Amino acid sequence: MNSNIAASIRTQRLASLIPMLNQMIPDHAILSEPEQLKAYECDAFTTMRQMPLLTVLPDSIEQVQHVMRCCHALDIPLVARGAGTGLTAGSMPVENGVLLGMNKFNKIHDIDLHNHSAWIDPGVRNQAVSDATAPYNLYFAPDPSSQLACSVGGNVAENAGGVHCLKYGLTVHNILELDVITIEGERITIGGQALDSAGYDLLAVMTGSEGLLGIIVGIRVKLLAKPASARVLLAAFATIEDAGNTISEIIGAGIIPAGLEMIDQKGIQAIEALMHAGYPVDAAAVIICELDGSAEEVEDELSSVLAILNRLNASDIQISTNEAESKRIWAARKAAFPALACLAPDNYVMDGTIPRRALAQVWTKINQLADEYQLLVVNVFHAGDGNMHPSILFDSSDEDQHQRANELGTRILELCVQVGGTISGEHGIGLEKINQMCLQFTDEEISQFHALKLAFDSKALLNPGKQIPTLARCTEFHAMHVHNGEMPFPHLERF
Amino acid sequence: MLSVQPPAITARTLAEQINTAYEQKSPLIITGGSSKAFYGRRTTGTKLSVSGYSGIINYEPSELVITARAGTPLKEIEELLAKHGQILGFEPPSFSDTATLGGTVACGISGPRRPYAGAVRDFVLGATIINGKGEVLKFGGQVMKNVAGYDVSRLMTGALGTLGVLLDISLKVIPKPAVEETRILPYDHQQMSSLLSSLGRQPIPVSATYLHNNLLYVRFSGAKAGVVSAAENIGGDILRQADLFWHQLKEQHLPYFNQDRSLWRVSLPPSAPCIPDLLIDTESITEWGGAQRWVYPKDTDAIQQWAIDNGGHASCFRNVSDFNNSKTNSSDGNGSTFSPLSPALLALSKRIKHSFDPHNILNPSRLYVDL
Repeated sequence: MNSNIAASIRTQRLASLIPMLNQMIPDHAILSEPEQLKAYECDAFTTMRQMPLLTVLPDSIEQVQHVMRCCHALDIPLVARGAGTGLTAGSMPVENGVLLGMNKFNKIHDIDLHNHSAWIDPGVRNQAVSDATAPYNLYFAPDPSSQLACSVGGNVAENAGGVHCLKYGLTVHNILELDVITIEGERITIGGQALDSAGYDLLAVMTGSEGLLGIIVGIRVKLLAKPASARVLLAAFATIEDAGNTISEIIGAGIIPAGLEMIDQKGIQAIEALMHAGYPVDAAAVIICELDGSAEEVEDELSSVLAILNRLNASDIQISTNEAESKRIWAARKAAFPALACLAPDNYVMDGTIPRRALAQVWTKINQLADEYQLLVVNVFHAGDGNMHPSILFDSSDEDQHQRANELGTRILELCVQVGGTISGEHGIGLEKINQMCLQFTDEEISQFHALKLAFDSKALLNPGKQIPTLARCTEFHAMHVHNGEMPFPHLERF
Repeated sequence: MLSVQPPAITARTLAEQINTAYEQKSPLIITGGSSKAFYGRRTTGTKLSVSGYSGIINYEPSELVITARAGTPLKEIEELLAKHGQILGFEPPSFSDTATLGGTVACGISGPRRPYAGAVRDFVLGATIINGKGEVLKFGGQVMKNVAGYDVSRLMTGALGTLGVLLDISLKVIPKPAVEETRILPYDHQQMSSLLSSLGRQPIPVSATYLHNNLLYVRFSGAKAGVVSAAENIGGDILRQADLFWHQLKEQHLPYFNQDRSLWRVSLPPSAPCIPDLLIDTESITEWGGAQRWVYPKDTDAIQQWAIDNGGHASCFRNVSDFNNSKTNSSDGNGSTFSPLSPALLALSKRIKHSFDPHNILNPSRLYVDL
């Protein structure tokens, strides 16, 4: 937008909004100075930044309702933010819009031991739920890598996953009820304490809606009993094919591991250099497999898995015998991203998800593309559920490299869609992958998304410009894609 | 390797039929195997049969995913899965051999394993649909994790076809448990609640519960060692022919379900109290650890209010007027009715319906008068 126009909109909006907000929100909860606002200009996808008009930090549901009513009355866009650990610029402010910080909503109100659930504020940290319920032998299953810091409200907004999804599900499988404020400031209950509710499954629609449909002010999470026993094993393979086949065979044998990960050679070397965890650096790939359940069950499954490993030429097999050893194996895996940071200044983490059968094919193709674009790509893979996290390593201060990294990212996501997968398994779309939405969806599908959005937010004020691209943007993107010497993605024959 | 045959009726034909109905603003009644014709409110319109859109499209056991056309008989899917030691985790009732995958997803009814393994919606990974304008749209996919766009495929689950006609559906499947064992305990409602509340805080492989006339049945499923030790710990008698019993329960073949009056389903937080005697005739059947109860209410308004007061909802599952001709797609009866929505939720639901079906032609009023 022209900066003069933007500045004049800013002045007008501040003049009308602040007095109206002040009717219910104290001054100290309204941040308007640039140095205060700076902290809110981006999430963990730091290459995209935008200062908000204002940041409002409500501490009651009534205050949230008031902010919504003000924005609705004045047609001012609004973006909600939890802990700001998102990876897709989903909670980056919009120009001349309000940023609604939900950090003050940080209480666990009730742990229901009879129904195995807890009623919590959206700003409660993911790990804090499991910590608070641990004395009752219960925990909250979704465990994104950012779980120490990320908020459960953000987990719901993104439908967060983690390493234990295959067995225990995503956020959508682990929540029962949401208390939601609509853009009109109306409070609605979605879901409930029972296992289902009357009418449409709006709980599913809200989960993963990236703040475009409503503001979550309360969450009833489902709690699971902690497994009695868990063993983690690590095995090395001389070929990607053997590693991939091992994964298929484990699952084909009727075993659902609690976690099942695969790391390629470059990943192993990067991790080993940082963590010294005893990963075999000459292997083509390693897999990490966690088995949990009763002690007897785990022993049974362990012997089945070992038989498969031996048949498929695994070497350097390590099996944890206690929790400390399990943690050591996992800690190294979870340090994959810090380890990559030692290799290059910037790391563009992809989040495509593919059917597992396509793994070897996609992996090979990614390596070819990496050569073509002259960039280093490291593959760390949630193998159990097909969620790939190829990391493109580059230096953003080199404009050409930055450009190549972006293009390579698009090519990798396109590949994921071509084999029947998706551009995002768990990180969400935000702004970061908004163009690639045009690869996965037709214009009609995107129009249906917009229509659904407008059913919740008729003025399109909630997190505008994120998650669902405009049709004009897709047209432009497809044209660019041709320009770069590529055929535009041939839309799948739908009949 | 699966050989994929073309369907007897193509998606294009179905889309054209819907597009014509859209242009003429002419309502359609979507049908599959008519096994659950009793479920939902009665509607009128031109019949749109999806049963010819049948066939399994993709199944790779090690992927834990099956993709099939909506008209595929549920039986065909379950038989194929069984050959590979897998099952549908939500243990769907079929109510008839004609039940289809599409109807199962559209009705969103789950069986005894639901609280422990998940509901229909928890297993839906993706769906191709035709919206009320006749547009063929694909949402979700064949992968376990997918956060691109809104979760429209789960929204279709339980929507009774009011938002779209289901075409291809991908479901997550799970391994069939190696071992199952059911124990019978002489427990009343209160004893059941305390037992299950405590079991839920331990890693014990409970997979179904049933309480009726002070007998509690608890099923355990999983690896042999875990099932045997859990069953021994809980004690009680072993139920013989347990598979048959759980099948009869989910298919509503137990004598309790064969009564000439309207059957209601009450969905509650598991620990909700016993439904007071003055609200119901005969003792209820309680499943899902207390979260699902089957009742014959004395006063239907009173049972709905009681359910809401206790954090749940009550709906008429089978209306008595349909009961004598229960398997027909009769429009004489009143059909089943669902718990009223709050004004705000109803208004939102109407806008959602409008966004998928602007001329209100897809199963209009099957779910609620205005949906």
